[in-house]
Amino acid sequence: MEYLSNINSLTSYLPELMIVITILAVFIMESISTYRPLTYITTIIGLIFAGLLLMISSSSTNLLFEGMIVNDSLAMFFKWLILLSTLSIVLISRDDGSVLDEVKGEYYAMLLIITLGMFAMVSAKNLLMVYLAIEMVSIPSYIIAGISKNDRESNEASLKYVIYGSFASGIMLFGLSFLYGIAGSLDINVVASKLSSFDSSLTVYMVIIFILVGFGYKISMVPFHYWTPDVYQGAPITVTAFLSVAPKAAGFAILIRFFYTLFIDNIEMLQWPQLIAIMSALTMTVGNILALNQTNIKRLLAYSSISHVGFMLVAFSIVSIDSVVSIMFYMFFYLFMNLSAFYMAIYMSNKYGANEIDQWNGVGLKVPVLSFFMVLSLASLAGLPPTSGFVAKVYVLRNLFAESNFLWLGVVAIINTVISLYYYFKIVRAMYFMDNDKLTVQDCSPILFWSIIIFSLQNIIFYFYWPNLLESLNMILINTGMF
Amino acid sequence: MNSSILSLLIFLPVMGVMGMLIVALLGKQGLMKTENKDVYKYIALAVTGVQMLLAFFLYANFDPTLSVTQSPFTVQFDWIPSFNIEYYIGVDGLSMPMVILAALLSFLCIVISWNVEKHVLGYFSLFLLLDAGMMGVFLSLDFFLFYIFWEVMLLPMYFLIGMWGGPQRHYAAIKFFLYTLFGSVFMLLGMLALYFYAPGGNSFNLIQLITQAPQIDASLWGFDMRFLIWIALFIGFAIKVPVFPFHTWLPLAHVEAPTAISVILAGVLLKMGTYGFLRISYPLLPEEAVNFSFMMALLGVINIIWGALNAIAQIDLKKMIAYSSVSHMGYVLLGMSGIVGTESVGAEAGMNGAVMQMFNHGTITAMLFTLVGVLYDQAHHRWIVYPMDYKDPELAGKLGFGGLASKLPIFNGFIVLAFFAGLGLPALSGFISEAMCFIGGFGSFRVLTIIGTLGILLNAIYFLRAYQRIFLGPFNEKYSDLKDMSFRDMAVIIPLAFLTLLFGVYPQPLLEIMRHSMSKLILLVQPFI
Repeated sequence: MEYLSNINSLTSYLPELMIVITILAVFIMESISTYRPLTYITTIIGLIFAGLLLMISSSSTNLLFEGMIVNDSLAMFFKWLILLSTLSIVLISRDDGSVLDEVKGEYYAMLLIITLGMFAMVSAKNLLMVYLAIEMVSIPSYIIAGISKNDRESNEASLKYVIYGSFASGIMLFGLSFLYGIAGSLDINVVASKLSSFDSSLTVYMVIIFILVGFGYKISMVPFHYWTPDVYQGAPITVTAFLSVAPKAAGFAILIRFFYTLFIDNIEMLQWPQLIAIMSALTMTVGNILALNQTNIKRLLAYSSISHVGFMLVAFSIVSIDSVVSIMFYMFFYLFMNLSAFYMAIYMSNKYGANEIDQWNGVGLKVPVLSFFMVLSLASLAGLPPTSGFVAKVYVLRNLFAESNFLWLGVVAIINTVISLYYYFKIVRAMYFMDNDKLTVQDCSPILFWSIIIFSLQNIIFYFYWPNLLESLNMILINTGMF
Repeated sequence: MNSSILSLLIFLPVMGVMGMLIVALLGKQGLMKTENKDVYKYIALAVTGVQMLLAFFLYANFDPTLSVTQSPFTVQFDWIPSFNIEYYIGVDGLSMPMVILAALLSFLCIVISWNVEKHVLGYFSLFLLLDAGMMGVFLSLDFFLFYIFWEVMLLPMYFLIGMWGGPQRHYAAIKFFLYTLFGSVFMLLGMLALYFYAPGGNSFNLIQLITQAPQIDASLWGFDMRFLIWIALFIGFAIKVPVFPFHTWLPLAHVEAPTAISVILAGVLLKMGTYGFLRISYPLLPEEAVNFSFMMALLGVINIIWGALNAIAQIDLKKMIAYSSVSHMGYVLLGMSGIVGTESVGAEAGMNGAVMQMFNHGTITAMLFTLVGVLYDQAHHRWIVYPMDYKDPELAGKLGFGGLASKLPIFNGFIVLAFFAGLGLPALSGFISEAMCFIGGFGSFRVLTIIGTLGILLNAIYFLRAYQRIFLGPFNEKYSDLKDMSFRDMAVIIPLAFLTLLFGVYPQPLLEIMRHSMSKLILLVQPFI
C-alpha cells in the first residue's frame, strides 16, 4: 500500500475523469438548443467509454490523491454494478414520459453526477471523502426526485428527501467528527489503528450509531426508511428505479469498507453485529408488513426494496468473507430482478397510465411475453426456487449456519420470505387472474422490451455462471487485503 | 438407455413445454395452423404417454433387491461443485411406486383435461412443468435438488388453481401457495442445518447423510440440534400431507381446482409429504423418528377421525372427498409410526402398509375426483344436499340428486367401486393397505390404533350416505337429460379400477417392489428403539 501523489493518481482515475468530461459536455449541449437532442447519445457514449476505461484499469490497493481514494477490487466490483444500472436507466429514459423532454438533458447530467459520487463513495478511504461522496450522491438525487416540476407529488418527494437527507448526513458528520477527535486524522487506516487501542466502547458505539444513521438512510434501513415510500412514489418512475438499486449498492460498499476496516479489531468489545442483526430483522419485517396493503406499484416496490436491504443486512451481521460475498452476490442479482420488475412497471405506467395494482388487471394474457418475464422477476424477488433470488437467499442464510450465529435471524428471515410472497403475487394475481376486456395492447419500445427480457433472464440462466461468479467474488475480497 | 431413463422421466415434460412454445411461435408466424389448439393437447398426451411407458419400462427392469447405490439407473455427477450440490437421481423400492403413480396419473389427467378450452397452451404447459417437478421430487437423492423440484411445483399449481379453478379460485390458489411455502422454508432451514452440522463435510447427498446425520452433536437454544432439524422438516412435510392442524388449505384447494388438478393434488402431491418423511426424516434422523413415533401415531389417528368427521358434515361431494383424503393420509401416518414395533413383522406391515396406502389412495382418490368431475360437468353442481343459502330458495336444504343409479348404470357401477374402495371394503386395494397400517400401529400403540379403527366406521358413514342420497331413492326428473359416461371417461377410470381390484386381491406385485427398501429402512431405525 503506497500513497500516490495527485498527478500520479490521475492515470488510475480515468473512468471518473471520463464521466466528468461527459457531464460537462452534456451541460454545454443542453444549453444550446440545436445540440439538445444529442445529450442522450452523449451520455451513453460517455458511460460506455467509462466502462471501457474501467475494464482496462487494474485494481490495486494503492491510495490515490494522497490517501483520499482507493481503487481496489471491491470498489471495482461496485463500480461495475453502478455503471451497469446507470447505463441501463439512461438507455430506457429516452422513450420514457415520466421525465419531461425539456429537462432530459439536466436529468442525464444529474444521473452522471450521482454516478460520479457513487464511484467516489465505493472507493473513499478518507472520512472527509466519505462525507463529500455521500453529499455528491444526495444533492443531485434531491433534484432528480423533483424533476417533474409541475407534479406536486414529485415536489413533495424532493422536499421530503432533502429534509430527511440533510438531517441524516448531519448526524453522520457528527459521528465522523468523533472519529477525528479520537484519532486526530481523517485517514481511515490511521483511524482504524487508533481505534483498535481505544478502550472507551461507549464512544465508539455512539460513533457506530451516528454513522449508521447516515449510511442507513442511504440504503433505507429501518428506522431511517421513512423517506423511501414517499420519495419512490412521488419521483418519476425511472428515477425511482435508479434510486432503488445504484445508491443501495454504493451504500453497502461503503458500509462494508467502513465496518470491516474501522470496527473489526474491537469487535469483541463492541458486538456491533448484534446491533446489525436486530436492525436487519426490523428492516425485513417492517418492509414486508407495510408492503402487504400497498396498492401503488411504486410504493409496493419501495417497501420491497426495504425488505431486501434487510435481507442483505442479515449477511452483514455475520463477520466473515463468505458473508460479504453473499452480500455482493445478492446485490448483483437484486440489480437484475429489481430493475426488470421496475422496467415492466415503467412500461405499464407509460403506456397504460397504470400506477395502481388493479390497473394491471388482465395484462398477463394480453402482453404474454413481458408478463412472463415479470412473473419470473417477481418469483425471484420473492425468493422462489429455481430463481437466483432463491440462491441468493440461501447463500445469505448459509452464513448464519456456517458461523452458527444468530440462527433466530434465520427464522425471522424465512418467515419474511413467506410474507413477501403474498404481496408480490398480488401483482401476478392482477395480471393473470383478473380480466379486463377494455385493455388495448400498446407497443413497448424495443430497448425497454429487451432490457426487461435480458435482465429478467439472469434470474434463471445464472446457473451457467454461478460457480464462476462466486469464485471471482471470493478473489475480489481476497485481493482487497481487508480479510 | 439405463443411465438416461430417469433424467428423461424428469425432463421429457420440459421438452414437451419447449415443443409447445415452438409450435406456438410457428403458429404466430403463420407457418402452422394452431387455431383449434388441439395440437397442444396432443403434444401433452404424447409426452405424458411416453413418460408413462418409460415408467413401465423402468418397472419392468427394476430389481427391488438392489439399493440405490447399486442400481444401474442411478445417475450422479457434480452440479454446483462449490456448494457440493450434486445432480443425483435414483430409484428404489420407495420411489418406484410413486413414479409409476405420478406417471400414470399425469397421463390420465391429460385425458381428463381434454375439455379445457380456456388458454389451452398455458394450461398444458403448466401441467407438464408440474409433472416434471413431481418426477424430480420422487427421483432426487440430493436434498438441494429435491428442494428445488419441490418448490418448482408451486408456481404451476398456483396458476392452475387460480386461472382454471372454481368460484373461489383466487383465494384457494394463494392460500395453497402460502401454506406450502411456509412449510418448505422451514424445510430449507432444516436442510441447511443438516448441511452444516453433519460431521464429515458439507453435503446435500441424502445417501451420505444417512450415516452422517445421526452423528450430529450440537444444540441450540437448549434443544438438541437433531430435534430441531426434525421439527423443521416435520413442518415442511406435514403441511404437504397435510397433517392436522395444517390441513385447512387442502379442502379449499381441492374443491376449487379443476378436476385434473384435484386428481394430481390428492393423488400425487399429498404423497410427497409422507414420501419426504420416509425418504429424509426417517433414515437421516432415526432416533428422532423413534421418539416421535407416538406423535406420528397420535396425529395419524387425529387425521383419521377428524378428516372423517369433517367429511360427514359436508354437503358438497368434492369437499367430502377432499376431507376423506385427510382421513386416508392419517392411515399412512399411523402405519409409519409402526416402525417402532418390537415385533419386526409389525414394523414391516406398518411401513409397507404406509407406502401401499400412499399408492392405493392415489388411485382411489383419482377415481373419486374424476367421477365427481364427470357428474359436475353435466349437472353443473355437486351438492349432496343443497345448502340452505342456495341461489334457488325452492331447493334450499333439499336433496341434490336422487335415484341416479338407474339413469346412469355404468357411472353408477364405477362409483360404487370407487366408494367402496374408499371406505375400505375387503377385496379392494384400500382394505389391504389400511389393514396393514392398523397391524403396524397395533404393534406399538394399541389404544390409539383401536380408536383409529373407528375411522373405518366413520368412512362408511359418509360414503354410504352420499351414495344413498345421490344414487338411490326416487329419481329427480330435473336430471333426466344426464348422459352416461363417455368412452373417454371410461378410458380414464378403467385402468384405475383395474389397479384397485388387482391390488385388492393380489397385492404381491406392489408389495414386492417396496418390501426390500422398507426392510432396510426398518433396519436403520430399529437400533434406536
